Amino acid sequence: MPEAATLTVEDPRPPRKLYRSSDGRWLGGVARGLAGHLGLPVIWVRLVFVGLMLADGLGSLLYAAFWFFVPLGVGGVDVERPPALATETAPDGRRRLVARKPDKGQIVALLALVVVTMVFVGNVNLGSGAKAYLWPAVLVGAGVALVWRQADNARRARWMEVGRRKRTITLLRSAAGVLLVATGVSAIFVLQGSAAHLGSVLQAALAVLVGIALLAGPYLVRMTQDLSEERLMRIRAQERAEVAAHVHDSVLHTLTLIQRNAENANEVRRLARAQERDLRNWLYKPEGTGKDEDDEPGTLAEAVKRNAAEVEDKHGVPIEVVVVGDCPLDDRIGAQMQAAREAMVNAAKYGGEGGAVQVFAEVEGRTVFVSVRDRGPGFDLDSIPGDRMGVRESIIGRMERNGGTARLRAVPDGGTEVELEMERAET
Amino acid sequence: MSDASEPTGAVEPNAGATGAGAADAGRAGGPATPAGSAGADTPSGAATANDQAGAPDPAGSAPGRHVRVVLVDDHRMFRTGVQAEIGQTERTGVEVVGEAADVDQAVTVITATRPEVVLLDVHLPGGGGVEVLRRCSPLMADAERPVRFLALSVSDAAEDVIGVIRGGARGYVTKTITGTDLVDSIFRVQDGDAVFSPRLAGFVLDAFASTDAPPVDEDLDRLTQREREVLRLIARGYAYKEIAKQLFISVKTVESHVSAVLRKLQLSNRHELTRWATARRLV
Repeated sequence: MPEAATLTVEDPRPPRKLYRSSDGRWLGGVARGLAGHLGLPVIWVRLVFVGLMLADGLGSLLYAAFWFFVPLGVGGVDVERPPALATETAPDGRRRLVARKPDKGQIVALLALVVVTMVFVGNVNLGSGAKAYLWPAVLVGAGVALVWRQADNARRARWMEVGRRKRTITLLRSAAGVLLVATGVSAIFVLQGSAAHLGSVLQAALAVLVGIALLAGPYLVRMTQDLSEERLMRIRAQERAEVAAHVHDSVLHTLTLIQRNAENANEVRRLARAQERDLRNWLYKPEGTGKDEDDEPGTLAEAVKRNAAEVEDKHGVPIEVVVVGDCPLDDRIGAQMQAAREAMVNAAKYGGEGGAVQVFAEVEGRTVFVSVRDRGPGFDLDSIPGDRMGVRESIIGRMERNGGTARLRAVPDGGTEVELEMERAET
Repeated sequence: MSDASEPTGAVEPNAGATGAGAADAGRAGGPATPAGSAGADTPSGAATANDQAGAPDPAGSAPGRHVRVVLVDDHRMFRTGVQAEIGQTERTGVEVVGEAADVDQAVTVITATRPEVVLLDVHLPGGGGVEVLRRCSPLMADAERPVRFLALSVSDAAEDVIGVIRGGARGYVTKTITGTDLVDSIFRVQDGDAVFSPRLAGFVLDAFASTDAPPVDEDLDRLTQREREVLRLIARGYAYKEIAKQLFISVKTVESHVSAVLRKLQLSNRHELTRWATARRLV
């Protein structure tokens, strides 16, 4: 269990608010939060609470009061250990939080709590009549603690975007808590000797509950709906702001450059294309997040688009890209991408006069097909002088060395088309 | 909603073919762009209106043809540019009979002028191109003089593009299309054929990708091998003529394949088609 209470040097700061700690808590995080607030070791605070338990259960009452009134927050003592929740990158690339397994300390703590409760129950000086009520009261307390703890968990999960656990566990916990409370309350009734009336009392209670549900239910449902809608809107607004901030700057920048280079048609065209790409990247990314141009491409679609963008920038010829399907990159596909890039460079250099270069990539099962087509004057592979190794080596040779095929052909109505085909490596 | 006989706002039913203050497309001056490279300048600004030094004669339009067109786009600059590029009736055979800048105006103008083809922007104030299509569906279904729609957009989002097609548009082209190709596409739509840009072909191939889900309706939920081949060639940047040569079939046959794909796209209830997965499928 964490013992690391680092006494921070007090610097003039706004008064700290008291929060319950959401990390490394045993029960409600009250002791931890208090310790953090007061700058004391956690263990002291916990001992004080346990000690107060022996004073006619004052400790538990205090604890409950704190739990109820103090909001859960990211307070508490700095923890010098792996945090209770660590992010791990799952194989599917999603980051998810992994909860720490309960350690021995927590189990020991629970046992201690039970023992102290026993002692407290044994020592408590109540009339023998009242003593019987103790167990139901403890039951009720345990149930309430369960339910509150669950509420805390739900709240924390929302902050941390914990991979949603199965809802059944949540429900089970809450249900167990409710059951405990109900049992305790019923037991109190039974002890009061009104067992005879238990049936009618239960019926009455049920009726009241149903009535409350009918009255307040719609409000509650609407409130939760409104809340979740509001949260969604907020997330959207944040995203939009982020995009806007990025886009505004770069668009203004580009417009300035365009005005400066107004005489240079090629440069203006290049700038406009680059800006258009950038915008599209931001607007139409699947996840709605623009990727920076520096990130390494991880999939075929990204790699094709990246290569096309770079060639376009360098040679000032528009390249239209259409990708069908997608797959992760491996060594073979990487080689194919390099060959494709070489083909794009050739198309831009020698066939860019005829208009945009059209690049098409398709993943079908294990086969990846890429075609690069221009509408230039076209050329004949056999007529290329032997010392010009560009096409032979960097396109055809590269594909064949990696177990793929490359075909160059003249399109009937002018232009050249390079077809690259590659089988993906077995995974 | 304005009265049908009194269009308001930016609605300008053009009597003749005078480009509304746009630069004459035949004007010399400005950097001469080689024919066909207009794809390089994004016609989203005045660049189109002024950059078209010597727009090439449309090769696709047969002499003597005539088509009445309405432009629907919320960017005035773009409308002006398109008007300048294609609106000289004696040269292109296209007569722009009206313009509109939002959904209500569009419905008004289209109802009033009954054009043969409407160039429709996907993003429009008032509900977008899809809303225009929805409200004009009786005109589309008209047996005598159907109004046909060609979607024109800068959008790259699959659901936008597929949305207007499913709404009834006969085709989709990006705004970077050259004037010649646009005129060509307009006549093709007038004939009742479909017009697919490479990008749209790519989306369709993605949408109809082979999945494990069994098709609900065998006729509508699957592309035939031939249709797939045709779409692939479109996605690779082939013109219909080139596709015909490549597959040893006639241009008419290519057109009928594309129209069949369009029909499937509009009528299929397949799960993937309605749930436009924007996420690319990782194979």
